[in-house]
Amino acid sequence: MVLNNIDKLIEKYNNAETSLKEEAQLRAYFNSDDVAPHLEHYKPLFQYFSQAQKEQYTKDVPLKPKNRTVFYQWISVAAIAILMLGIFIPNWFGGPKTLADYSQEEQEMYLEAKEALAMLSENFNQGTSSLNALNLASENFNVGLKKASHITELNETTNKLLKN
Amino acid sequence: MKQADFVSLVMPFKDKVFRLAKRLLVSKEEAEDATQEILLKLWGNKEKIGEYKNVEAFSMTMTKNFCLDRLKSKQAQNLKIVHSNYTDKGSSLQKQVEAKDSINWVSRIMEELPEQQKIIVQLRDIEQYDFAEISKMLDMNETAIRVALSRARKTIRERLTNTHSYGIK
Repeated sequence: MVLNNIDKLIEKYNNAETSLKEEAQLRAYFNSDDVAPHLEHYKPLFQYFSQAQKEQYTKDVPLKPKNRTVFYQWISVAAIAILMLGIFIPNWFGGPKTLADYSQEEQEMYLEAKEALAMLSENFNQGTSSLNALNLASENFNVGLKKASHITELNETTNKLLKN
Repeated sequence: MKQADFVSLVMPFKDKVFRLAKRLLVSKEEAEDATQEILLKLWGNKEKIGEYKNVEAFSMTMTKNFCLDRLKSKQAQNLKIVHSNYTDKGSSLQKQVEAKDSINWVSRIMEELPEQQKIIVQLRDIEQYDFAEISKMLDMNETAIRVALSRARKTIRERLTNTHSYGIK
């Protein structure tokens, strides 16, 4: 009775007409010990199916939050954008200006400042000219040194005379 | 979606992904790489994962496509995926060895099936999906799947009968 049933199921199985339940029945039958001799060759098939079902994936998968690297990539883009802005913004707003572009007041202030600085530099120049006197003095020193060298010459000759 | 949520979502079918990948790519290492790739892809799209109706079916489709691409690119390079998992863990009993051996025949027979049939047998006989799910995963209609499955089962039976009664491989 059972065997007849299994034969029918096998037939259906080979035509791919069995339901999942019937296939489970077949699997149970072939995994048991008493299998009819003429069906013996199906045994490894169903045993293989049951065995293959148990294989597991054991490796670990590194799940890192991906967002961080994307974030860093955008930082470089932002840096370049800021650099470009830094180069171009001054050119957009202030081209080279002439004195005439400023208001009357500003022009006056500019001229005043210029005058004041000119006076300052004049005074500096006076200071340096007074330093010229020192230059003169050092020149005189040099002349004195030259004269002193005559004395050393005299010294040498007297030494020679003493040796003799 | 946090990592823990993702893991609990993926946990139930990650082995199925791995087994399907291994069925197609044969090599265990390749299959592990493929599984990792699939899981990382899912993780990368974790914001959209809620929109998928059936993440498991979607992942199986992804796995199938990924492995077939992989095989195709290997063929184009004239390389074969090499697998080194021939040896099985030693068992002392003669009977166990014999049983193991005939079980290995089945896996070798399955290796020779066309890819389409391999996938269908894997999904149906090993993972026990019903035909509606398989048709969603493979984007095929159920009749076509039944035909392919029947063809595959008959091929396996024929080869198995031959090996069993005459020892031909």
